[in-house]
Amino acid sequence: MVDLSTTYLGLKLRTPLVASASPLSEEISTIKHMEDAGASAVVLYSLFEEQIVQDQLDLHHHTTFGTESFAEALTYFPDPATYHVGPEGYLKHIQKAKETVNIPVIASLNGTSLGGWTKFAKQIEEAGADALELNIYYIPTSMDLSGADVEQTYLDILTSVKETVKIPVAVKLSPFFSNMANMAKKLDDAGANGLVLFNRFYQPDIDLELLEVRRHVILSTPQAMRLPLRWIGILYGRIKADMAATSGVHEAEDALKMLMVGASVTMMASILIKNGVDHIRKVETDMVQWLTEHEYESVTQMRGSMSHLKSGNPAAFERAQYIRSVSVLPDKYRKRVY
Amino acid sequence: MAEREYKTLDANEAVAYVAYRLNEVIAIYPITPSSSMGEWADAWMAENQPNLWGTVPSVVEMQSEGGAAGAVHGALQTGSLTTTFTASQGLLLMIPNMYKIAGELTPTVFHIAARSLAAQALSIFGDHSDVMATRATGWAMLASNSVQEAHDFALIAQAATLESRIPFLHFFDGFRTSSEVNKFEMLTEDDMRAMIDERHIMDHRARALSPEHPVIRGTAQNPDVFFQGRETVNSYYAACPVITQNMMDEFAQLTGRQYKLYEYHGAPDAERVIIVMGSGAETVHETVNYLNARGEKLGVLKVRLYRPFDMKRFIESLPGTTRSIAVLDRTKEPGSAGEPLYVDCVSALYEGLRNGWGQLKAMPEVVGGRYGLSSKEFTPAMVKAVFDNLSQKHPKNHFTVGIIDDVTHTSLDFDPRFSIEPDNVVRAIFYGLGSDGTVGANKNSIKIIGENTPNYAQGYFVYDSKKSGSVTVSHLRFGPNPIRAPYLISSANFVACHQTVFLERYDMLQELEPGGVFLLNTPFGPDDIWDTLPQSMQEALIKKNVKFYIIDADKVARESGMGGRINTVMQVCFFAISGVLPRDQAIEEIKNSIIHTYGKKGEAVVEMNLAAVDRTLEHLFEVQIPTAVTSKIKLLAPVPETAPPFVCNVLGEIIARRGDLLPVSAMPVDGTYPSGTAQWEKRNLASEIPVWDPQVCIQCGKCALVCPHAVIRIKVYEPEVLATAPETFKAVDARDKNWEGLKYTIQVAPEDCTACGICVQVCPAKNKSATALKAINMEPQPPIREQESENWDFFMSIPDIDRRNMKVNTIRQQQVQRPLFEFSGACAGCGETPYIKLMTQLFGDRAVVANATGCSSIYGGNLPTTPWSFNSEGRGPAWSNSLFEDNAEFGLGMRVSLDKQHQFATELLMKLSGEVGEELVKAIVTAPQADEADIYEQRARVAMLKEKLEKLDSGEAKQLLALADVLVKRTVWIIGGDGWAYDIGYGGLDHVLASGRNVNILVLDTEVYSNTGGQMSKSTPRAAVAKFAAGGKPAPKKDLGLMAMTYGNVYVARVAMGAKDEHTLKAFLEAEAYDGPSLIIAYSHCIAHGIDMVLGLESQKAAVDSGQWPLYRYNPELSHQGQNPFILDSRAPKMPVERYLYMENRFKMLTKSSPDVAKELLKLAQEDVDTRWAYYDYLASRPFSNGHNGHKGE
Repeated sequence: MVDLSTTYLGLKLRTPLVASASPLSEEISTIKHMEDAGASAVVLYSLFEEQIVQDQLDLHHHTTFGTESFAEALTYFPDPATYHVGPEGYLKHIQKAKETVNIPVIASLNGTSLGGWTKFAKQIEEAGADALELNIYYIPTSMDLSGADVEQTYLDILTSVKETVKIPVAVKLSPFFSNMANMAKKLDDAGANGLVLFNRFYQPDIDLELLEVRRHVILSTPQAMRLPLRWIGILYGRIKADMAATSGVHEAEDALKMLMVGASVTMMASILIKNGVDHIRKVETDMVQWLTEHEYESVTQMRGSMSHLKSGNPAAFERAQYIRSVSVLPDKYRKRVY
Repeated sequence: MAEREYKTLDANEAVAYVAYRLNEVIAIYPITPSSSMGEWADAWMAENQPNLWGTVPSVVEMQSEGGAAGAVHGALQTGSLTTTFTASQGLLLMIPNMYKIAGELTPTVFHIAARSLAAQALSIFGDHSDVMATRATGWAMLASNSVQEAHDFALIAQAATLESRIPFLHFFDGFRTSSEVNKFEMLTEDDMRAMIDERHIMDHRARALSPEHPVIRGTAQNPDVFFQGRETVNSYYAACPVITQNMMDEFAQLTGRQYKLYEYHGAPDAERVIIVMGSGAETVHETVNYLNARGEKLGVLKVRLYRPFDMKRFIESLPGTTRSIAVLDRTKEPGSAGEPLYVDCVSALYEGLRNGWGQLKAMPEVVGGRYGLSSKEFTPAMVKAVFDNLSQKHPKNHFTVGIIDDVTHTSLDFDPRFSIEPDNVVRAIFYGLGSDGTVGANKNSIKIIGENTPNYAQGYFVYDSKKSGSVTVSHLRFGPNPIRAPYLISSANFVACHQTVFLERYDMLQELEPGGVFLLNTPFGPDDIWDTLPQSMQEALIKKNVKFYIIDADKVARESGMGGRINTVMQVCFFAISGVLPRDQAIEEIKNSIIHTYGKKGEAVVEMNLAAVDRTLEHLFEVQIPTAVTSKIKLLAPVPETAPPFVCNVLGEIIARRGDLLPVSAMPVDGTYPSGTAQWEKRNLASEIPVWDPQVCIQCGKCALVCPHAVIRIKVYEPEVLATAPETFKAVDARDKNWEGLKYTIQVAPEDCTACGICVQVCPAKNKSATALKAINMEPQPPIREQESENWDFFMSIPDIDRRNMKVNTIRQQQVQRPLFEFSGACAGCGETPYIKLMTQLFGDRAVVANATGCSSIYGGNLPTTPWSFNSEGRGPAWSNSLFEDNAEFGLGMRVSLDKQHQFATELLMKLSGEVGEELVKAIVTAPQADEADIYEQRARVAMLKEKLEKLDSGEAKQLLALADVLVKRTVWIIGGDGWAYDIGYGGLDHVLASGRNVNILVLDTEVYSNTGGQMSKSTPRAAVAKFAAGGKPAPKKDLGLMAMTYGNVYVARVAMGAKDEHTLKAFLEAEAYDGPSLIIAYSHCIAHGIDMVLGLESQKAAVDSGQWPLYRYNPELSHQGQNPFILDSRAPKMPVERYLYMENRFKMLTKSSPDVAKELLKLAQEDVDTRWAYYDYLASRPFSNGHNGHKGE
């Protein structure tokens, strides 16, 4: 029997297959379904501080707008004694998830202020989350903001949260740093228990007919895994933090590749949205079959075996990789490139 | 005596607090100004607050006040402690049940915020005409005069009714008391327990209908015994005053507040006495004190128990020295021997003297007078005038006070400068806009002072009748003693102007006393402000030696994230410079209050307000007033001089806030006013207005279609017209093929726009070089105001296109039709008015409109001006509002009348065919009148007919001349909201639909009672939060359209302009063309939905796209042709209903207040959509048979 178990953020997991943050985890019944389908842990959808603040301001705006203006209608809404305008719903969700499933529940947080990050992290910890993923989701557009400042923001958030909570903390980050390796090292030094590679941002699109900029949520494609594959491969063995591979992990082969370059866990969302939660079981079955066929004893055995450090071909992760990939392009694309 | 809490609340809340605790069943229905009593009860029920006996009362909203009274009657008959709250017409609807309830000796208390009854006009304000109309019902009537008394009497009435078995009407003055915030001592539940004798409750239960001991009640009786039966109750009525006084005495033991049924106050040896009921008694009380302290011998007799009228006690309360009496009535009974209280007092005096009751030895001089109708001010100056009248040798009887009656000369003169305001009272007036939060801040200040200091506090708030850009005036008093001053402040020591725009319109310093403080919110600094002030203001600042402060509150608010709400900033300024509290303490209290008030809405809201507090003081400056007047700026005239005389002399005075000074002779005698007057009221509300870009425009007409205020107009005209156009006037070639060679202009009325921005939102044309820009874009108004006003005037001078030369079934062409509904006072971005406007464009020149009471009757018919207008030929919609509940019947009456006149005119025509010509008669009688060309021709024929008739001398010719106009097709439109159509007016609506008559019913469906502040109607969709549905409406929306379709001969359409405007247009055309009843149910987004109004059309679209609001038409004509009459005009839902619902606060707030309920109701709401769609889809695709030609489509 192949040993699929792994350790991520200090959590012993039955397999390296984790459900990543997505709307699927909004329903407790779906989380239970994930567990039943073999997910070894679940990352909950993100708590967005910006959303909480905006909801509060919206509620205030809409319950006060137009009031005290007209003698017959001094208000337009009843005024309940209490509102649930903070993170209560999310915290309750963590509690319910913990009561319902035995697999670790990893909360996800997106803050907008340092105070917000730490406050909500503390509450998430108190609500019983096994670990916390910091979903640092940030597109700098100011021309005056330097890359160093952006990097420092990430580090400040991590440091503050680490000082506040005792549960393990992972950082989910984007690949858009001048030197990803250096950034990873800084986060590692600052105490990150894990790095989740990579965050996918909404990408704007243009509606040609309506002349509008649209934001679509596009599900990941298997091609998306190349980027985390590279960087996990490069970072493996050079940082203490565990690494979670996310983006484009759809099938067992994808997961195996990620493990081979050094991921502790692989995370799936898009494919579960597309194929259903039971897809986890299929990936596990296929993974076991492949490992068995190829006579692996455990995933630990294979972890990092194809990394930058251990593959025997570090150049493949570096610039040479680009030249090679270009050379294997089909002809129709090559024309366009040259 | 127990330590009791002091609160500063209005009387509605103070009364509801007691009534809720003392009842088990509460049946409610919204009506101003009593609505908030029901709202409080509903909110407390939603919070599971128990009554005195530990159970949560059942609060049930009914379909009308008549329904509420019926439900109350039933609940009482089965033994529950039951109450209701109402006012005005609502109380009238309860009268039939009130006779029954009293006849059956059933204990209950109705709490009434007394309000005017609609006569020559509706008025939401306070007087006693409603309660006086019930004085024959057999109910006890108990009047309270202040917030404290209203709170106390709610308990006393309940205790007295239970013991006496006589039902009680407890009333207090609408607005003046119901909405005045005042500091008072709260009753405790122990007080209530002490006053309510449980034995009487047990008796009430024992009398209840029960199959365990069955009886029948409500028999029919014959002449033999009915009379005797009616006389059985006499002893109960005789006992009622005794019981009530005993209750008052008991109450005094508990609380120290002693009340008397007929309470005399004043000199023991008074010679002149005023007898009065309600809040006016407070004014007389204080004035008597003031004048007696200056040597007068005056008194006031406050009538608290008006029914049963205890003549003996009444007369015993008058001093024996009384020589003359003035009885004041806050009501009018035209044609009576006198108003009711006067007549009762005269009668009591006569009987009392005959029986030797009391101390009077001879009949005093007694006169009666009317005061305070519709919350007309009743001031100490008027009280003095009444006393002065009593000093006359022959005092004026049947007088009026408070107005100038220059027609029948009933009015007493008074000196408005007479004031009794004590020096130790801070009197502050604040002018604000509804949208800036001024009133909210002032209510908060009153609470801070009233509940955190030993001082007493009073607040009263005056609103105008516009729903957009409404001006609010707050009157606040603070002082060491209880404040009995139920009248506006006329001499203030603090005045704040929260909006700079008021400076050019109103005299802000009129009420400011010398040496007083004036606070102005202005973008100018202390060095620049002087030159921006009007001349009259500079003069007053110097003359009155005013201490003048300024702040740029908008800037502070903006920088704190508060947007346009300057409430907190101005509140801090008030406390900082008024000295009501030490500055540091005041700021501390404001911050505490912010945390207390906004804490439940989250930290972000609290922090935003706290930031505003912290930023304020550094922006507050005192201005050194120069010694000389330098300004040449004059106040703006309320209307242009070119306006018609009535508009200038009457409506203009009302606009200028001088309506109180208009004499009786200025007013029309029968409530008839000219239409087309809103065009003269240039409100200049918009800081930004839409500006047309003709190069980008595709001339689709959508901007004009959706404009709620008809400020965007389109004209198509001959190029020669442009010869005299102003330089900046824009025109391009018309793109429509039918209009080849003509010019096309879209023009905005710059001074009438409310800046809602819906036009920009709907515009489909984008600038190809910068897609943020469209064919119409918002730009700052002030720099272009003058130029665009000139362009507007020129534009309006261009002749309208001949209505015969346009295709009315395309928006592009149809929108060139002139709107005959313009510049209303509706909310900026209103979702209702575009439908009304469309109707007036299409049919307004031959329309008669019956308008149900509600938003549309207020923005359509509330003085000073009306948006209902007329075209260049003087034709336009003729409009009337009868009531709320009867609108369908009112409209049907119009139809029947017009049909009758048409028939009679046709008969006369036939008789006179010899004289007027057979050919003409035939042409008139057979005219199809199906389109604009037909109508045009018919008008020409009728003109010819009238010309001929003028020359005839017969009686029949004269009759026909008077009726001839009706030979041109008239269209009857019955317009109202969902509260009317689904609830209170549904019975009538149903009957009218069943009548088969040719009426057009337009339901402006906002899915709540919008005008009274968002109460649930049967149109409210499931899962929405509304007042009376604080926990989310559990039941689905009533499908009015489907119900109407079951008749088979009713045209029904469900439309949403924002989703499919061409569909809306088609429905209006078909409905009007259909020769039978038509019902259009129009989705009307509303401020009560909790949306950004600029996105109203997006909401409409989402409602349709999600299947929440399917579009359809049911046209009986099709069934006559053997086709399925039901056409589903929208596509199958393409998104979950959740996406639509949570665009709107009415649904979303439930996820914040009751997340679990929200989840459950959302699920059910989606099921509603799915089920409804499946059913409609079936109706649209089913095999159809009209019963004559077999199955189709199989």
